[in-house]
Amino acid sequence: MQGTPQPRSTGSSMQMQRNKQSGDDIWKNRTDKISAELFALTYGSLVAQLVKDYEEYSEVNTQLDKMGYNIGGRLIEDFIAKSGLTKCGSFADTADTISKVGFKMFLGITPAISNWSADGKEFSLIFDENPLTEFVELPDEAVRELWYSNILCGVLRGALEMVLLQVECTFVSDVLRGDDSTEIRVKLVRVLDEEVPASDE
Amino acid sequence: MLYFCIVGTRDNPIYELELPTTTSAPPTAAAKEAEHNHLSQFIVHSALDIVEESMWATNQMYLKVVDRFNEHHVSAYVTPSGAKFMLVHDAVGGDVRSFFVDVHELYVKVLLNPFSEINGPINSQLFDVKVRGIARKHL
Repeated sequence: MQGTPQPRSTGSSMQMQRNKQSGDDIWKNRTDKISAELFALTYGSLVAQLVKDYEEYSEVNTQLDKMGYNIGGRLIEDFIAKSGLTKCGSFADTADTISKVGFKMFLGITPAISNWSADGKEFSLIFDENPLTEFVELPDEAVRELWYSNILCGVLRGALEMVLLQVECTFVSDVLRGDDSTEIRVKLVRVLDEEVPASDE
Repeated sequence: MLYFCIVGTRDNPIYELELPTTTSAPPTAAAKEAEHNHLSQFIVHSALDIVEESMWATNQMYLKVVDRFNEHHVSAYVTPSGAKFMLVHDAVGGDVRSFFVDVHELYVKVLLNPFSEINGPINSQLFDVKVRGIARKHL
């Protein structure tokens, strides 16, 4: 997916069509499925345990991001193997691929892409559903500080770093906190050279 | 006067709800209501023993009316995990079983929240609003 960031063109719409097809097809035929409840409950107990262990919600956010980073670095291999996709032509293509193929393949959802910045280096992913948060209600002290699905930010960061795009991913809003929508902001920091130093996390 | 209480496995109240009946209350009701609250809790507490006995006698979750106190009836419903739903009500009609079943569904959803504890108090506003809605619907 390496490509010099360009001001956001409409991406090639052929590529976007292919992405959607490819994502749907892989989701239907080539992924193993598990129970959504089991998945949500497992993630829920993970977060609840982190909350008990670390007590500071900002620390829990950091840990979730780190865990996601490790997952992302490995997940990208599986992604490329299953999807067979090669380089993306532009950052817009990257965004589209993340949403229609990546998220579709692993979580069965396709977040909407919006809020592109003027230089085409930042965009938002808007989630209208989130399989991680079934049944979850945040306790009052957590509502202001905890980003419950922060692991997703780490996954994006880790996966994109493996394809030589250094990004910053943060949550902007979350329906669990009472906001209107769940939104992740993805910002391209720079394109990395081939030799990526081993991350010390 | 309706009083609904969810009691945990350690006989601790997890959730309480009082509902005045729809007939308009006379001005002295405030004092009466306060008295009723303590009374309701005593009624429920003394009915707990009876519930514990009868729950082993049947494989049903709904135990119907387990106890009477003056004009108050106590209905009970026991969940598989040992939580007891107790309702203090007058003898009038009202679909108590459906009420219990709907609240049970809500209760299960609360339990599925990773941040809730099994015998912990249920403080969720959403739960409270929904239980009131169910009570209005069935009782």
